[in-house]
Amino acid sequence: MWQYLKHARDAAATIFEGMSVTMSHFVRKPYTIQYPDRLPVRVQDTLPLRYRGILEVDLEICTGCLACERACPIDCIVIDAPKDKATRAMLLSRFDIDIAKCMYCGLCSEVCPTGSIHHTTEFEGADYSLESMIRRFVKDPVLAYKAKKGEETDPLIAPILDRGMGFLAEFAEPVDLKKYKKEQEEAAG
Amino acid sequence: MQSFIDGLIASGIVGGLPAEIVYAALMFLFASVVVFGFVLPLVTVTIWLERRVWSRIQSRVGPNRVGPQGVLQGLADGVKNLMKEDVVPDAADRPLFLFAPYLLVWGFLATFVVIPFSSALVIADLNVGILYVVAIVALSAVGVLMAGWASNNKWSLLGGIRSAAQVVSYEIPAGLALLPIVLLTGTLSTQGIIRAQGWAPWDWFIFYSPFTFLAAIAFYISALAETNRTPFDIPEAESELVAGFATEYSGFRFALFFLAEWGSLYVTGALMAILFLGGWQIPTGWTENAVLLNVAQFTVFFLKAYFWVFLAMWIRATLPRIRVDQMMSLCWKYLVPLGFVNLVGVAVWMVIWPDGTRLPSFVMFAGALAFSALFLRRVVYHLQRAKPELYFNPAV
Repeated sequence: MWQYLKHARDAAATIFEGMSVTMSHFVRKPYTIQYPDRLPVRVQDTLPLRYRGILEVDLEICTGCLACERACPIDCIVIDAPKDKATRAMLLSRFDIDIAKCMYCGLCSEVCPTGSIHHTTEFEGADYSLESMIRRFVKDPVLAYKAKKGEETDPLIAPILDRGMGFLAEFAEPVDLKKYKKEQEEAAG
Repeated sequence: MQSFIDGLIASGIVGGLPAEIVYAALMFLFASVVVFGFVLPLVTVTIWLERRVWSRIQSRVGPNRVGPQGVLQGLADGVKNLMKEDVVPDAADRPLFLFAPYLLVWGFLATFVVIPFSSALVIADLNVGILYVVAIVALSAVGVLMAGWASNNKWSLLGGIRSAAQVVSYEIPAGLALLPIVLLTGTLSTQGIIRAQGWAPWDWFIFYSPFTFLAAIAFYISALAETNRTPFDIPEAESELVAGFATEYSGFRFALFFLAEWGSLYVTGALMAILFLGGWQIPTGWTENAVLLNVAQFTVFFLKAYFWVFLAMWIRATLPRIRVDQMMSLCWKYLVPLGFVNLVGVAVWMVIWPDGTRLPSFVMFAGALAFSALFLRRVVYHLQRAKPELYFNPAV
């Protein structure tokens, strides 16, 4: 009999406690971040530099070396770089990236010598057809980039170069093993 | 309502039409008005509100895109369901499969015949009102079992059988919890039961004696079980039975299941308000305007009924689903004995105090207030311990 009444009392007490917990949650602020229209800043602007979003190419500093095309494991990059017969300079007549195929592995941006191809923080790629998912960066054939003297001070090209190198620095920075180990030990200890 | 129609016929507005045709036409009209003007908006808003309440309890936002704050979410879902294909499985028992959802909806819509909206607004004040409700609600058990059987699917069948077992079991404690009120008032009519109570909380039957208070709790638990609400939603337990009896349904018929589920939630709350919370009773004497009086009564009744609907949402967000054996033991070992104790207790109470006694009512009302205060203190304790960011605005 006592056991019987104890069960009833336990049920009432636990329900009382549970209901008070849920009621206390009822008046709390929701944690949900309402994407995309009720944010003070765009999400893209809050993402870190190394975020692997949709690929982008700075044609001004693309050397046409095809390293990214070769690095791509699923061949979503297609580049045509013929030689201009008259001037014997390298032209870029086609630079297509199929965003629908891209798996955001980042291998192309790792091998790029100038940081021309790089990931942006843009991730909203939805569209109505597969055809429109192909990003065609070359409208009219342009000259491939070739390093010249004095371009570090050229106001047209220097900022783009710096920006490209900024992307590369992320990969190129050598790891100081001693410092790394020390940091690890500090974090552990 | 009948007197109103009699008045219409006597005034000669309807001309020389036979009285039966006038009755039938007007009944059809009133039924349509109740269904389309009250039940459908109520159900869609209740579904939206339930989702919002759950969301807030789980620190989410919930549907807030369709219409202001997402109020029209139910409408959007309904339209979506209407446009979907109405699939009938190949091996299903076709006529039964097609008919079952209507039976379910019928079972809950028919209860609105005796559920009053105010002192004047009731479709039919049957003198067997409560008995009629108990009887007609059992139709939904038939509908659920029929849906489960006709789907020819193991989940549906299990869900249907579970629901039948559940409803048959919980009819008994629900009926036993009704009986003390019937003893007290000597009537089964919903309006009669409400008229036997007063507007003040200490005049409500829930605070009449400790036994009626226990009966109210037992009735609410049984009603939750009968309408397949969490924690008794084992007929449609999604983690074990996919969607139970509704697994094979789609489109319009699935929407009907939803309509019945959330509609019967309001029926539960309305019954609680009628039997234990004094229904539409409000202080009299402050107005002579009949329309104003009825609007006030409707508001009071609706708020009382909706309190229990909100409580059901809150319980659903709190309690986990119980096992079948636990459910059965709760019914037969706890609620049924409690029902008999209440019945005998109220009978003895009526012998000792034939005209009722006021002191226990006041003490119980004060006790209920003290309990609420204790509960609020516990809520405040949890809030103080977690130090969260508070947000009282219902809109997000």
